[in-house]
Amino acid sequence: MSAPTATVALLGNPNTGKTSVWNGLTGGNAKVGNYPGVTVERRAAALKGHPSIDLVDVPGAYSLVARSADEQVALDVAIGLAGEPRPTLVVVCVDATQLVRSLYLLVQLQEFGVPCLVALTMADEAGPAAPDPRVLAHELGCPVVPVVGRTGAGLAVLTQAIVAAVAAPPTPPAWRWQPSPALARQLTAVAAAFPAGWPPSDALALWALQCVGDDELARVPPAVRAAVAAAAPTEAVDDEAVLGRYRWLDERVAHLMKAAVDRRRTERVDRVLLHRGLGLVIFAGVMFVLFMSLFAWSAPAIDAVEAAVGWLGHQVRAILPDGIVEDFVVDGVIGGVGSVVVFLPQILLLFFLLGLLEDFGYLARVAYLMDRIMRTMSLHGRAFVPMLSGFACAVPAVMATRTMERQRDRILTMLVIPLMTCSARLPVYTLIIAALFPSTTFGGLSTKGLLMVAMYAFSIVTSLAAAWVMARTVKPLKAKRLPFVIELPPYRAPRLVDVLRMMWRKTSAFLREAGTVILGCTIVLWALLYFPRHPAAGAPDFAAELAAADSPAAEAAVAHARDQALLENSYGARLGRAIEPAIAPLGFDWKIGVGIIGAFAAREVFVSTLGVIHGVGDDEGSLQDKLRRERKADGSPRYTPLVGLSLMVFFALACQCMSTLAVIKRETGGYRWPVFVFAYMTVLAWVASFLVFQVGSLLA
Amino acid sequence: MSSLADVARNVPVGITAVDGERGFRRRLLELGLTPGATVVIRNVAPLGDPLEIEVRGGRLSIRRDEAKHIRVKR
Repeated sequence: MSAPTATVALLGNPNTGKTSVWNGLTGGNAKVGNYPGVTVERRAAALKGHPSIDLVDVPGAYSLVARSADEQVALDVAIGLAGEPRPTLVVVCVDATQLVRSLYLLVQLQEFGVPCLVALTMADEAGPAAPDPRVLAHELGCPVVPVVGRTGAGLAVLTQAIVAAVAAPPTPPAWRWQPSPALARQLTAVAAAFPAGWPPSDALALWALQCVGDDELARVPPAVRAAVAAAAPTEAVDDEAVLGRYRWLDERVAHLMKAAVDRRRTERVDRVLLHRGLGLVIFAGVMFVLFMSLFAWSAPAIDAVEAAVGWLGHQVRAILPDGIVEDFVVDGVIGGVGSVVVFLPQILLLFFLLGLLEDFGYLARVAYLMDRIMRTMSLHGRAFVPMLSGFACAVPAVMATRTMERQRDRILTMLVIPLMTCSARLPVYTLIIAALFPSTTFGGLSTKGLLMVAMYAFSIVTSLAAAWVMARTVKPLKAKRLPFVIELPPYRAPRLVDVLRMMWRKTSAFLREAGTVILGCTIVLWALLYFPRHPAAGAPDFAAELAAADSPAAEAAVAHARDQALLENSYGARLGRAIEPAIAPLGFDWKIGVGIIGAFAAREVFVSTLGVIHGVGDDEGSLQDKLRRERKADGSPRYTPLVGLSLMVFFALACQCMSTLAVIKRETGGYRWPVFVFAYMTVLAWVASFLVFQVGSLLA
Repeated sequence: MSSLADVARNVPVGITAVDGERGFRRRLLELGLTPGATVVIRNVAPLGDPLEIEVRGGRLSIRRDEAKHIRVKR
């Protein structure tokens, strides 16, 4: 394969069918990464059949005028700033059903003198209303190729047109409006301040006059900022530019639509799905199916994965000799791989369902239906599905935040998802409630059941409250307000091949980037609780006792005592003792501390770690008895219901899950946000448990 | 003069002005909501917000709070 000789950028408004065009042009085999400095996905791939032409996908944008760093990517790629190669050609996806609005971006691009080519998408949806491509091409002064990305119609022609346009001579800037003399003077003054790497164009000067000032853009040189400040642009600049462009589009392009777009089919479906009563009932039903499939229906697949990992470990144990190597391979490596692949059923299932809903056009409607509720907590309507998924597992839920366009919305949602009661917290709550709370009834309902419901309600309230607070206090989230825009796309039958492709992309990214971190952490945790592999001095001779045991029951008792002694002397347990002063005010002893450390691998590991440290192995019934019978030095019960409540509150709020942190690191492209999540949730958990235990002790 | 938030469904109105902080206002303009354009509210979400509007032959949904920044007249 020869080195690429031409770079072609693919731009367009959100929801213009850009993704299908991209898949059709490249065959879907993209190198995926992030744009430097922002967590916006950067995809690049060769044009299918033309390895010398490199295609770069740009996130959907309504305008080149950006305010936040993630929006600026469109401009960087289109004109080759910030280390991006200057494209030979920009392919602009233009939605035939939203012709004028989607051409606004093209008019902006042409002011830069960037050679453009229009891929006219959704021509099938526009039907007889669609404009004549030849007439449109004549008006725009650039080639126009109608494509239907989903069926592939027109893609061969588009590919040929790209190859031809790449070879064509560059085009001069084309302005569809005439800047006033006052604006022209401002443009010249600002362009004079540009650094060497910036093209001295009026178009870039206009861009600077529009967005430098109250932006969050990095990489704008101080000289440019000073020049813009000296020019003191006002709203008059925006009026002149935006109205000028739209005036031209209204006069020259709008009439090319042969009729109003026929939206009756979609409107008929919307009358049901967005209906005040029925629409909300259907919505609840769809969300119930989504939730149940993650929460319950994925269980057989998860069990099968766990059984397979267990079987593999068993086989390896049979082959390898007893010892550290065997334990490392089975409990560290195989167990670690198991803790990664155990997420696959939920990830595959969630992205399969999300892909279907997105393709059908319903996901945008979920945002439309739920925005009224979500926005009171400063969340985007699209945050609903990820947060609901958080009740099953935070890992796929965090991955699902990519459906939101703005970085600020994505990060805020990721910060609160780990507060939702995920299914791994259930075994912990179940153990604590069963062991430490009496079986009484309250208003005819079992208090144990009510307690579980209360924990769910608690997590909903805390996550929404946390979103509200953080949107107002954490600086990068207090972004300037931009109009919230949702487009409701026409309904369409989902295409399985697109859904499966997206599923595969998500899953492989998870395995590659988050999986390695999870594997590494599992091995570290295993080593913490495994070494130094000898009991403390003065421990009984377990080997002799084991040999002397005369019944299987006696043998098991000795084995449990041995495992307990080994764990009690492990580095992890020493760490547990070391943190005891920090957790004692919450009502926890060092044994709970060891359980909390073990729970980092996955919250439910708390139960098995606690079983071993109490010398009862993995029998949960005995563990419950043991917890109830534990006494303090003064003979009073060590684990009271109040300790149980404090512990549940701690588990509800603490980010006891390295997999969640690993996936947040992948999605945000750095350690900053996972560290923040861990810190704020740990502090929150400590303070809340402290209050529960101390106030509860005073009242008792 | 009233705002787009006060207009009933399927009643075409003309935009007379768009206000709000500069970057916010500019984005509304760039979406085609410019003075002089005709806009119609086509749908209201079941919980009363957002509003699906039609402008320049295209559709998009914006929040009621944003529609309040768009001055209109019949």
